[in-house]
This record gives sequence, structure tokens and C-alpha cells, in this order.
Amino acid sequence: MWREDMKRSDIAMHAETPSPPNPPLEREGLKGDGLERRRFLKNSALAAGGLVIACFMPVAVRRALAEGAPATKAPVSPNAFIRIAPDNSVTILLKHSEMGQGVWTSLPMVVAEELGCDWSTVRVEHAPAAPEYAHTAFGLQMTGGSTSTWESFDQLRTAGAMARTLLIAAAAAKLGVNAVECRAEKGHVVHGKRRIRYGDVADAAAKLPMPADVKLKEAKDWTIIGKPTRRLDSLAKTTGTAEFGIDVKRPDMLVAVVARAPVFGAKLRTFDATKAKAVAGVVDVVQVPSGVAVLAKHFWAAKKGRDALVLDWDEGAFASVTTASLREEYRRRAATAGTPAKVAGDVESALKAAGNVVEGVYEVPFLAHAPMEPLNCTVAIGADGCDVWTGTQFQGVDQMNVAKALGIKPEQVRIHTTFLGGGFGRRANPASDFIAEAVQVAKASKRTVKVVWTREDDIHGGYYRPMWTSRLRAALDKDGKPTAWSHTIVGQSIIEGTPFASAMIKDGIDATSVEGAADSPYLAAIPAHRVDLHSPTSPVTVLWWRSVGHSHTAFVVESFVDECAHAAKQDPLAYRRALLPKDARERRALDLAADKFGWGNPLPDGHAAGLAVHQSFDSYVAQIAEVSVADGKVRVHRVVCAIDCGPVVNPLTVEAQMQSGIAYGLSAALHGELTLKSGRIEQSNFHDYVALRLPEMPKVEVHIVPSTDKMGGCGEPGTPPIAPAVGNALFALTGKRLRSLPFRVA
Amino acid sequence: MKLVVNGQPHEVDAPADMPLLWVLRDLIGLTGTKFGCGMAQCGACTVHLDGQPIRSCVMPAVAAAGKAITTIEGLSKDGTHPVQRAWQETDVVQCGYCQSGQIMSAAALLAQKPQPSDADIDTAMAGNLCRCGTYQRIRSAVHRAAELAKEGGGHVA
Repeated sequence: MWREDMKRSDIAMHAETPSPPNPPLEREGLKGDGLERRRFLKNSALAAGGLVIACFMPVAVRRALAEGAPATKAPVSPNAFIRIAPDNSVTILLKHSEMGQGVWTSLPMVVAEELGCDWSTVRVEHAPAAPEYAHTAFGLQMTGGSTSTWESFDQLRTAGAMARTLLIAAAAAKLGVNAVECRAEKGHVVHGKRRIRYGDVADAAAKLPMPADVKLKEAKDWTIIGKPTRRLDSLAKTTGTAEFGIDVKRPDMLVAVVARAPVFGAKLRTFDATKAKAVAGVVDVVQVPSGVAVLAKHFWAAKKGRDALVLDWDEGAFASVTTASLREEYRRRAATAGTPAKVAGDVESALKAAGNVVEGVYEVPFLAHAPMEPLNCTVAIGADGCDVWTGTQFQGVDQMNVAKALGIKPEQVRIHTTFLGGGFGRRANPASDFIAEAVQVAKASKRTVKVVWTREDDIHGGYYRPMWTSRLRAALDKDGKPTAWSHTIVGQSIIEGTPFASAMIKDGIDATSVEGAADSPYLAAIPAHRVDLHSPTSPVTVLWWRSVGHSHTAFVVESFVDECAHAAKQDPLAYRRALLPKDARERRALDLAADKFGWGNPLPDGHAAGLAVHQSFDSYVAQIAEVSVADGKVRVHRVVCAIDCGPVVNPLTVEAQMQSGIAYGLSAALHGELTLKSGRIEQSNFHDYVALRLPEMPKVEVHIVPSTDKMGGCGEPGTPPIAPAVGNALFALTGKRLRSLPFRVA
Repeated sequence: MKLVVNGQPHEVDAPADMPLLWVLRDLIGLTGTKFGCGMAQCGACTVHLDGQPIRSCVMPAVAAAGKAITTIEGLSKDGTHPVQRAWQETDVVQCGYCQSGQIMSAAALLAQKPQPSDADIDTAMAGNLCRCGTYQRIRSAVHRAAELAKEGGGHVA
């Protein structure tokens, strides 16, 4: 059954075997950032050589999960986030992965607010993988679920305040004055007319005992949080100097390209590498659990070698599966009741008794994440452990998976996080697929190796957003108000078979399959309702895709509510407002969007508008899309977007993430579709797995609801409402209800 | 083969079919130019060949011999080309992976059309994919770059 606390606690208890804190790592052969980080960690342990804040944070927001589950002892580990060097530079260690969402800027803003440093001197580095950097709610180091800002907001402010307190104490001692007479100002401790640079007292501050308690600023006193602030990674990313995983180069490194199963579930019988080995530049060919890897001096030789392999696969039973056969099976299942996720009253009786019943079957396809940077991972296995260079969202899980593959301890897996060329969930894999495979290639070849996927490998490589079918029925009373609501969902669980299953699947319900449907805010006003679920299994691997379950439930629920409004002959905005609780944050977002759009005002000939509102990841987003159709193509001219995400750290980030979420969702609404034929994915690259391009980008206006409510996320919540907003606009324009994605109007 | 990249001569030992992209990245070590699709669909690999934007993932390196190759690393010494400055001011980047290609396409556009219209931008930038959806800020930044170039005397290439 659905429980309100499942959203944030879902992964929480999964550190079943918490790793011991990393010992200070000091190894040879590391230069630049790597050595700096290791020194830093060592310093953190020794509390010497510049101020390092070891911030002891109880895992306060970790929420208990299943009743009866053994209580976990949250290991209290030092979290190290700030380094102040004698030259007065401030380096903030980012435990989250920067993949475009802006944490490289917004989280340092949170630290700097309390630290009182000079923003222009702030530098940022990805933190190493270590228990100190565990997600405060999920218990493992990771970036996902649109959680980064709220989960570290108190932790990072506290770290900043502790540092400031210690620096002031050290400076006061040096000046022979009382600390309460001193204040922090732009990287200096100020007493009267005297100023001491942070860097000059950093060593002394590091030797002081940690303050037992620090007072955080009140929101009204914030000078950085809430102010539009430009990104700190712009220079690197506009000059080609930002290092992504694919750019990593290590001594004596080879590049590998892997031949993987062409059909999901296929097994390799034999292979012949003669032709591959004859390609100039190819050095080695090794078999790994996922296929056959060709190692070469550079990518081009490795790819040519891979393409020259002769492989004999046992394709297995899935080779007969097509999208049409799968869709038929899903529709058949959708006609029967599934495992209940949320139930109230007697839905079937209410439907039978009703005079006005609305019904629809909705379908969405498999989708690849297709981040711009193809998957890749560099691995060097040494006597003392394994080094991994990659852009990952899942350091805590990756450490465990790599350790398991090599028979070593998680703390012997040193993950060097680079910038991610997009993540969207694909780089947070419970099986660590692209990382574990690279480890297998390095292990089998006894080489330092960078495994690089081609775009075709990425599109064919599985871990898709699942295909979903939903059947909805609603009974309306004489006033058009729903008296019964039935929603049957069919689709693969992304959690089943992963280590998270025991925590996240309860009573047969994967919470991520029904989120946005079982907790729909409309259900409270509908006396009889039932949301149930079928979770068929298949060899097709599936994964969270930007906004996870909301990527299908928002489309279905918000389109179907529009159908109900039409059947009730009511305005879609008024109909939703009447169904939503009076204090619902969805209403605030809807009202702001409607006001800014001018809902109800006349539009140009041939244009129509549609709206949708949806909560995901504790943020409430309403979008109104203005569309037209010409030459069989949908054109989205304008999108007005209003978000209530609680307190905002960086408005520029919120705006960027709303634009981004809308573009990502529009790609799926207008183009994105993976189809199966003979058990194979038919699409292969951006010519047939089409993504939104610049001429199709609507003018997006983002408005933030002033809010002091609970802080939510913004990396994902912009995505769910756009497909239903566009679909509802198309219905208003054409009178034809489109119930499957991508929209086809021709 | 001999290549001239950002004004510097390079002697590389590459097979005849090796695309310029991989020669730049794996043999010369200029990794600012990105691999995204390998079939001229995404534009992440865009560089200039004698000032013209080309997709280096499908152009054999031999075809670039004897021509002036400019990559993102050669656009300016310190990130101050008008397009780079406009990108920074407008806060365009997100993950940043496609942006080398976006910037090279925009710089080539402005060299051709110093005051591009929205339609010019649509045409010139349609071949550059961005999965983060930075398109709206790209559009603003191209206009801003045109202003910056005008203030700086009109040189964008």
C-alpha cells in the first residue's frame, strides 16, 4: 500500500553493511587534484595544515522504513566539505555529482552563506567516494531523486557556520579580544578596524575543539541564498577544459569497445576474434560477462576491431518479441484488476451505478536516457585496490559493486568523479553496469582501460524507462464531479531484482511504479477510488529516467482529469481547482501559471492552450502550453511554468532546470520511442531516436511561487507536466484525445 | 599525416579512415571536441575547417590535411571570445558536454552573419543537440555574442 513516507525513505535503509570510514589514503602516482584530495582527507583526520571542517552530523532526516525492520545504527562519520588554504582560497568539496543540474554552484552558495567567505575565491571539487559523503536521507553517496539541495541544506550550512565560528575564535585569540566582538566579512575576521584573513588563522582554527553548537542565520539575513548566481563551471565548460569521464587519460591506458548481446537475454556461444586482432592498433580481445571487449591504442581501432568480431549468440526466447506483441499483452493485463496500491470505497459498484462514465487506455513507450556523453569508465586495478574514473551518480553503490567483482573491500575502490555529460538517472545504476563491466575488462586484460560506448551501444544497451499501459475509468455525478476513479497500471518494476527491492517493494507494489497516481491529490475528493498495478517481468532492463514513475503517471492522470473536465463540460482550470484541497500547493502553482499565461484570453487563430499540474519530488509544478499544428507536426510556441519548490537557493538554477525538464519532457512527448522487433531495439542513433532540437524549443517563462513551505527538488519536477499540458492543448485545438506518446497528429 | 590545429603543426600516424575527431582527441590530446553520435547527427564534434563548421566525427582526418583546423581550445586563449563571454554571461551551460560544439557552430554563424535573426540561429544551430535543453539561453547568448562582437570591433572568428 502507498505510504506517504515512502518517497524519501525508499533507499534509506540500504546500507545494510555500512562501510567503515575510509582511512587516510596516501598513494603514489597521483598528481593534481587527486593528490590534493588525498592530502585533504589525511588532513581531515589529523586536523592539521589549514582548516578542515569535520562536521559530525547525525543522520537526522533518515527515516525509518518498514515496520519491524532492524533499526540501523547510523554511523556517525566526519563529513568534510571545506578547505581553507593559507593563501585564503576556499575549496568546497562537493559530495554530489554535477551533471548539469547546477549543484556545483548552488551547494557552495549554501556553504558560503554561513562561512562568510569571499564568493569570488570559492573553488569546487568533486569529493572522493567515502562514507563521510553519504546522502543524509538515503545513507549512500549518490545524486538523484532531485534531493541534493534539501538533503544537504542543513548539513552544509552547519559546516559553514562551524568553520566561521572556529575562524573567529582563532582570530580573536590572536588579537587578544573576545570572539563576540568579532564578525566575519568576505573571507576576513573583523574586529574594529583590524582585519585578519581567514587563510592566516586557518591553521590555528584547525587546532581548536569543534563548537558544540552553532547558530544558523535566519532566512531574512541571507545574502547569498536566494540570489540569482551564475554558475561556477561556466569557464571550464565554455573552453573545452572541463574534464568528463570520456576525456580521462591514464598512463599506459588502452581504449576498449565491447560487443554486447543483440537481443535482451541472449547468451554468447562462441566468437572469432581473428579479424578483430588484424585491425591496426588492436592490442587484445577479452571475453567478459557482458560480451567481448576489444582493446586498442585508441577508440577508432577499438571500434573497428569490435565491429570485426564474429559472434555467435544464442538469442533465446525473447527473440520473438515485438512492441506490438508486448502492447497486446499489456492491454490484456490492464483489463483485469492488479495488486491494489490505493483503495477506498466500492469502485465497481459506483461505476455500474453511474450515468456518465469516462474511460481511456493510455500508453507510453520504452525510452533511452541518451545523455550527450556516451557511457564510459576508466579502470586501473592495483595491488592495493581499484581506481575508477567516471561520471557517476551512484558512488556508494558503485563502490560495493566493484568491490564485489574484485573480491576487495568497498573502501579499496577509489572513485574519481568527473563532470557528467548528462545523467538523467542512467548513471545511477543499482548494478553499476557500465562501471562493473569496465572493471571486468580491466581484470580480464590486466590493463588500465577506458571502456567507451558508442551511441548505438547506448541506445541498444537497455536500462530504459519502462513501457507503460494505464487503463482509467471515472464515474461522474450530475454536476460532473467524479464519484469513482479506477486506474490500473501495467509496466515493469525498475526495482525488482535490485538490492533495493526489499526496501522499496511493499505488498507487491513498487512505489516508483505508482508514484504520482496512487498519491494523486485528486483522490481525496473522490469517495471511491482504486489504483492497482501489474508488474510483468521481461529480459529488457529498466531503470529510473528523469522523474521516474511521474514520467508516465503525470501524463496519464493529468490527461484523464482533462477528459473528465470535458465530459463535465467544465473549464479544465476550474475543474482541477474544485477537486484539489483548498490549501493544496498545486493550486498555488496553477493559479500563478494561469495568471501569468492569461488563461482564458483569446489566442491567435490556429492556436490552443492546455494545462497540467503535478507534484513530484516535493515540488509542485504547473505548466500551460500554447500549441498549433502545421504539416502534421506539433508546434509548441510558449510554455508558462510555475513552480512551488519551497525556499529557493539559486533562482537561475530553478529557471534553468524548468527549461531543461520541459525540453527533456518535450523530446519524449513529440519524438521519443524505442520499439522492439525480433527482441531487438529498432532505433540506434539520434536520426531515429529523435530528441528536441533548438528550432522546436518553445519560449519558456518560469515563475517561482514565493514559498516557505518544505523544500523540494527541481532537477526532475519540470519534466512530468509538459506531455499532458501539450496533449490537453492538442485536444483543445483538434477535439481529438491523444492517449499515447509520442503524440502523432498526422 | 600533417595537420595544423589551432595554428600548431602536428605529425600524426593515423589510419586513412580515422575521423578527425579521434585524431584530435586520442592522438593529439585535444579533448574539448566531443563524441556524441559518430554520424553527424548531434554536432558535439563541431570544429572549424578553414573557418567553416564541420562535423569532425565523420570527416577523415586526411581530408583536413593542409587546412586550418580550429577547435574550442583554439577559439581564444582564455575563454574571452565573444561567444564564450556571451555563454558565460547568459549562464548557458548545464552538463556542458555539447557546449564546445554549440559554441563552434555559433562562432561560425556570427563570422558569416554578424547580426543573425532568430531564423538564422534556428538554421545554424539545428544540428547541435543538447539533451539538457539549454536552447533558450543559447538563443539569447547568440544575440548577446553579436552585441559583444560589435562592441569589440566586429571580430568573431
